[in-house]
Amino acid sequence: MNGLLIFPVVAPLVAAALSTIFHNSRITQRVLSIITVCGSLAVAILLLLKVNADGPQVTDLGGWPVPVGIALVADLFSTLMLVISLITVLAVLVFSYGSKANDDLWQFHPAFLVLTAGVSLSFLTGDLFNLFVAFEVTLVASYVLLTLGSKASQIRNGVTYVIINMVASVFFLTAIAFVYAATGTVNFADLSEKIALLPDAMSIALALCFLVVFGTKAAMFPVFSWLPDSYPVVRAPIVAVFAGLLTKVGVYSLIRVETVVFAGNGIGTVILILAGLTMVIGVLGAIAQNDIKRILSFHIVSQIGYMMLGLGLFTVGGIAAAIMFMIHQIPVKTSLFLVGGMVEESAGTTALDRIGGLRRKLPFAALLFGLAAASIAGLPPFSGFIGKLSIVEAGFASHEYLIIAVSLFVSVLTLFSMAKIWNGTFWGPTETANEGDSLVLTGHKTMVSATTFLVLITLAVAVFAGPIYELCEKAATDLVDPTRYIKAVMGK
Amino acid sequence: MTVVVAFIVATLYGVGMYMILQRSLIRIVLGLSLLSHGANLLLLLSGGRAGVAAFIGRFTGNETVVDPIPQAFVLTAIVISFAMTAFCAALAYRSWRLTGDDDVLPDEEDHRLAEAVMEKGSPR
Repeated sequence: MNGLLIFPVVAPLVAAALSTIFHNSRITQRVLSIITVCGSLAVAILLLLKVNADGPQVTDLGGWPVPVGIALVADLFSTLMLVISLITVLAVLVFSYGSKANDDLWQFHPAFLVLTAGVSLSFLTGDLFNLFVAFEVTLVASYVLLTLGSKASQIRNGVTYVIINMVASVFFLTAIAFVYAATGTVNFADLSEKIALLPDAMSIALALCFLVVFGTKAAMFPVFSWLPDSYPVVRAPIVAVFAGLLTKVGVYSLIRVETVVFAGNGIGTVILILAGLTMVIGVLGAIAQNDIKRILSFHIVSQIGYMMLGLGLFTVGGIAAAIMFMIHQIPVKTSLFLVGGMVEESAGTTALDRIGGLRRKLPFAALLFGLAAASIAGLPPFSGFIGKLSIVEAGFASHEYLIIAVSLFVSVLTLFSMAKIWNGTFWGPTETANEGDSLVLTGHKTMVSATTFLVLITLAVAVFAGPIYELCEKAATDLVDPTRYIKAVMGK
Repeated sequence: MTVVVAFIVATLYGVGMYMILQRSLIRIVLGLSLLSHGANLLLLLSGGRAGVAAFIGRFTGNETVVDPIPQAFVLTAIVISFAMTAFCAALAYRSWRLTGDDDVLPDEEDHRLAEAVMEKGSPR
């Protein structure tokens, strides 16, 4: 038994239960949430160091041996994702303390903690069915957070989100049933050995099933339209954590399953084509929009394409680049949405034609937005540049020139739409939807410092790009050749 | 037996999908629960042929024993789909309270974009 692996999953769940008990005291709830998230983050960092030194760590839950029992597995890929996700969760939690649309409802804290537990479990799980459970835990918390307050617009868009995700879950269950019928196991390591024995046609069909399931969760073309539809109505701190984490959990699962289990057989080209379409359609959608949150939502879709591009190459370089891009993307996307939240609280809207000149009112937010936007557009020396550079390098190494050209073109369009937000929001003559209201934001300092923390993390990703990329490369090597992973789990 | 169950699974998926494509929320909720019943049945089917329950002491070693793992999966999946259906029903009820009918509402932003195209030839 390795207690470190259990902590990031169980601690938030216990804290969520306590948080529900103490629902009358907002202070207790806040302290409980922050202690839990900080504790999980500390454990995640410890795990990262341990995994980097000793290789994958495994815990068999309930003492049942693999493959009958459920195993939690921490390898370099999952711990990297866990650390960056928990850092983001921490920043969003602190931001929510300053936001006025924050924890006025007691359900926020328990749901947020359950979401954290679900995300941690999806990174740490070692079998397909447990991954399904982790998805459901995450989703049910996200349903609650999405519809918290139950305004008419939230209900309308919540309905779309809930139905799409429930259908995707049913497909996930269907795919699990097919895999179990074909192999008699759901453990990743065990599957990795048994899928190789199946006929090619069957394993490709199964791999495509999972591409559809995780593609829907990750908002891949052509199943992305639920995301720009439902995210813009969600309140600021919550949409920031959705934007940063939920789609990336989908991408994580896609990378995990398609590499470790299916070893990328025969579906690389399909993923590359879908990646290109996701990038282009996402960015074109963003250009057509006229609202900060809607533009940013379409950008989530567009950036998912880059990660899939790295995966589609199925080389160590490509997958390392995809992991690097995810590490860059999670904090950057979240901080952009946090700035969007500050704008919304200050101006009362995020529609670009109704706001302007906010650089006077929110000078620091403007600076933070500028840094994060430059990073997401891939300007050197920011983290987005390093992420995109590693993807381009990997693409050249695999001679996939067309998709690289597409990705660079999309990058220019990304810069264009970031400039559009900047001009519409922070530049130009001062105009505010509700002039005079909330000129001094009550929790302004808390929100700014939380966002600053996250932007500093993205800058740190750029500064320490060398060592981080080395870690990503090690993680990718273990994914492309999962012998170490299988040895750790199966114990042989 | 397996063929009969396979047909039932197919019917549940078909009917469930058809109902999800309806406008009325309550039909969608019913469709979702039919779909998840189908998925649960399929999961049960994935364990292979029927046999003696896998309890220690129930079998002597000569008869076919059923694979208990898919049954454990199905139990978990049933609990999850039950909770999800309850949440969806609550959502449908809330939607009915807010709007007076249980139709899925049209997307205002889509209408706004469509109107902008009608007026100016291109969205702003």
